[in-house]
Amino acid sequence: MDLYSLTITQAHELLRQRKISSLELTQAVLERIREVDGQIGAYLTVTEGVALEQARQADERLRRGERVTPLTGIPFGVKDSIVTEGIRTTCGSRILEHYVPPYQATAVRRLLEAGAVLLGKHNLDEFSMGSSTENSAFFPTRNPWDLKRVPGGSSGGSAAAVAAGECFFALGGDTGGSIRLPAAFCNVVGLKPTYGRVSRYGLIALASSFDTIGPLTRTVEDAALVLQVIAGQDAHDATSLAQPVPDYAAQLQRPVKGLRLGLPREYFVPGMEAGVEAALQEAIRQFERLGMEIREVSLPHTPYALAVYYLILFAEASANLARFDGVRFGSAAQQAQTIPELYLETRGKGFGAEVKRRIMLGAYTLSAGYYDAYYLKAQRVRTLLRQDFERAFEVCDVLLTPVSPGVAFRLGEKTADPLAMYLSDVYLVATNPAGVPALALPCGFSEGLPVGMQLIARHGEEALLFQVGHAYQQVTEWHKMRPALGR
Amino acid sequence: MEQKYEAVIGLEIHAELQTRSKMFCACPADYAHAESPNTHICPICTGQPGTLPVVNRAALEQGIQVALALHCTIPPLNIFARKNYYYPDLPKGYQISQYEMPLAVNGWVEVPVGKEGTLQRIRIRRVHLEEDTAKLFHQGDRSLIDFNRAGVPLLEIVSEPDMHSVDAVLAYAMHIRNVLRYLGVNSGDMQKGVLRFEANISVRPAGSQELRTRTEIKNLNSFRALTRATAYEIRRQIAIYESGGQVLQETLGWDEEHEVTLSQRSKEHAHDYRYFPEPDLPPLQIEAAWVEALRAALPELPEARRQRFIEAYGLPVAEARILTAEKSLADYFEAVLPQTQASPREVSSWMIGEFLRHLNERQIEVEAVPFPPQALAELLNLVAQRTITMATAKEVLREMFESGAMPQVIVEARGLAQIADEATLMPLIEQVLQENPQVVESYLNGKESVFQWLMGQVARATRGKADPQLTRQLLQSRLDALRRSRL
Amino acid sequence: MSDTHHPLNIETVHHIANLVQLGLTDEEAAAFLPQLNAILEYFALLQEVDTESVPPAFLLPGARNVLREDNPEPGMSREAFLSNVPASEGEYVSVPRVLEEA
Repeated sequence: MDLYSLTITQAHELLRQRKISSLELTQAVLERIREVDGQIGAYLTVTEGVALEQARQADERLRRGERVTPLTGIPFGVKDSIVTEGIRTTCGSRILEHYVPPYQATAVRRLLEAGAVLLGKHNLDEFSMGSSTENSAFFPTRNPWDLKRVPGGSSGGSAAAVAAGECFFALGGDTGGSIRLPAAFCNVVGLKPTYGRVSRYGLIALASSFDTIGPLTRTVEDAALVLQVIAGQDAHDATSLAQPVPDYAAQLQRPVKGLRLGLPREYFVPGMEAGVEAALQEAIRQFERLGMEIREVSLPHTPYALAVYYLILFAEASANLARFDGVRFGSAAQQAQTIPELYLETRGKGFGAEVKRRIMLGAYTLSAGYYDAYYLKAQRVRTLLRQDFERAFEVCDVLLTPVSPGVAFRLGEKTADPLAMYLSDVYLVATNPAGVPALALPCGFSEGLPVGMQLIARHGEEALLFQVGHAYQQVTEWHKMRPALGR
Repeated sequence: MEQKYEAVIGLEIHAELQTRSKMFCACPADYAHAESPNTHICPICTGQPGTLPVVNRAALEQGIQVALALHCTIPPLNIFARKNYYYPDLPKGYQISQYEMPLAVNGWVEVPVGKEGTLQRIRIRRVHLEEDTAKLFHQGDRSLIDFNRAGVPLLEIVSEPDMHSVDAVLAYAMHIRNVLRYLGVNSGDMQKGVLRFEANISVRPAGSQELRTRTEIKNLNSFRALTRATAYEIRRQIAIYESGGQVLQETLGWDEEHEVTLSQRSKEHAHDYRYFPEPDLPPLQIEAAWVEALRAALPELPEARRQRFIEAYGLPVAEARILTAEKSLADYFEAVLPQTQASPREVSSWMIGEFLRHLNERQIEVEAVPFPPQALAELLNLVAQRTITMATAKEVLREMFESGAMPQVIVEARGLAQIADEATLMPLIEQVLQENPQVVESYLNGKESVFQWLMGQVARATRGKADPQLTRQLLQSRLDALRRSRL
Repeated sequence: MSDTHHPLNIETVHHIANLVQLGLTDEEAAAFLPQLNAILEYFALLQEVDTESVPPAFLLPGARNVLREDNPEPGMSREAFLSNVPASEGEYVSVPRVLEEA
């Protein structure tokens, strides 16, 4: 097996036994990036020098046996919406094309402290606004399973990189499916943690009350290892959770027999592609064989989730993106003679169409006379969405849903119709307003393209998602499938 | 003309809080003492992408204490909100402020208005926390920005439109400043901009209860600007009504140089602040026990101190009011007391008389007095011990204000000690009597009123140093002796 | 219900672009108009939900009083800050002259 396609667990074992060095591992992945990224476009920035230096330091730690963690010496990439101190961070936008952050995101800092090796920054939809990575201001990322198709978005670069062997894991951001959709489209594992479980400090905000940082990995077990390091309260994020972080690996092997698996009837409706539906039905039977009890449940406010999600997102995003004004950082209309000129030109030229649409709608729905009918209304229905999950979890332990009604679509297929693009996330958005954790993992293929399923648990119950997902991956092979690239 | 109309005025006061760090980040808040521009800054207060605010406990507690001193109600829950507008001094494109659900509501103060000092109650609508903006300097065709002030805690105190005269506005503003200084949360140093006023003004026919169109004057940074601008705006509006015109709702600026208010574009369309709850900050839940603990920790406030001065020191109400109207003056008074043999009444009349006269003459604050309370205490001791006369004491005080020297030093250096020995005084008295034979003659003929004149001559001959009691005694006995010799 | 059903026209598109300081070409505004209206019309869906006695989510029970102690710490250097600033002059950030107070 090629070094670059190992799981974290496998690579760690080899590193620990000193059968390979982190430098060899890192060089293998850098070589893989050189080999395939021209086709994929997963990376916006590759930090080769940083990676090699960190790999040497990791080898030193491994040699001395000091402060060795399961991530020591493991190369990873970071979605370019998460700031990296001293390393260009663009958020996929022209307006930040040359921005070099003066500080480190908390999640990145924790990974580097654990000895992980930073390879570079992953492509994304501009300001994480999109479901296909086609909204990147620089270039689209392509799906390693079919280069004519999108990898999903907005963390498309991260999912494609993990799938194509261009890193062992990635940090993504999920505001309404941005980790889970690309994970499913690229046949990798993606976790959206409970809101607040991972500090948002350093995540360039899209919708502050939905935004989460989470791992994209090749196995559920790997996702647990990464979350273990990045989770936990942070003094820099007032919304980060105070609850202690449990030992995820310790709970991974627990049997799932007797656990109740809920199938929300609002998520199994006509409109799903046949291949997707078949893969899901097979997954459900697999969980039955594992001894789980299958229950039908209802999340009655599901039809309103997309509207709630986008209304609140637009409003929060319109304020979050106000700071890109050409004054303190980013591109600026240098020729401007007046302040209004500076603003209008900097923002008019610096932002792409999707960003403009969203912040305009946000401003409109918050403006005098519309706040109650739009924003406040959405916040009230959001309460009902949360209560839906609370009630469902009274009768089941984990929910299972599709990730997407279809498999990865073709580049350009949905770019002309924003609303159609929004509908790609219809099964994913409700979890963010509710704050609950959700795990996307591979569960089959439809016409040669990956199909993912989503597991959702109560607030703070990531360990249960890992337990159920890991049990599934012990009896299935889907997650071991790799795209045939460059061979 | 003005009696036909009544002004209706409300004030918004922005007070910087004297915390050590900024409102939402750990940068030092004391921007006035920054060594140079853009040094008290961090990723958070410069609005770098991905940063998050965290509330400063001290700012919150200071805010609650001010609210309690203004007799406000502290609601159990309050939230922050984003106030959205674009300006180069505003790093995030929104100011974190409070809108619905502010820190405190429904307070009141009673202030002495005008020469009679009639107490008037002015209601406080709300008190809320927010962050200050950066400082702009204009130079040629560019504006330069220093972010040291960005993020400094601000408390906004909004009154009801309960003031009807410039006198009331001044009394209210001075009272608020005094309360802030008593609490030690604001230096009151107007020149440094730590207190800023905005006045909302309308006028209506006297006796009417209607609320007419109001104008808002921004950026009034001194009592002088506040009173002049208010007076001007009242006159301007009356003149408009008298000529049959209509007052426009607009935002005005105060032109200090020409002493006129100037329109700053009409406000209603330009400012749509699109407030919405700040998603980065969880709500603040202010439990009753917390409020009571902060109330218990309140220092003595002006009203209570005034009452204590009346009861404990036996001061007249008017004197107690003057002494307590400025915390620094009351502090000075109470620092003098334990160090002097003079009675509280004597100290009080010295301070309200001579001491305040010098402050007014020199246009300085108590803080700028160049000698410590101990020096004034000593000066009064010298009088009590009859080392110097009252007249000399006044002269010494003048010199103390000029040089800051201790009274003892001045008295010795200039030989101002009272002449209280018979051997020195007697020859002087003899001389005065010899030089004024006609006056002595008229005294001996029964015109005893000239005695005072002769006393004055002795004082003059000693440049006021002659002990008046001894002089009187010696002069009397000498004149008595002359009378006896005639018999 | 009609409250939220206010399809935009080309003037309102320009107005809201101005609210968020976006320079839009006429072509852009024309392309956005039907897209924005379609999305706003979709949002009208929420009006059918009865939320009479439902509190907004931002007031639901959850974390409260997450506070920082008032301890100053050094931040970042001026050099680090100014290195990203598009236009600076000496120790300052520089912008076109501000003409009137906000």
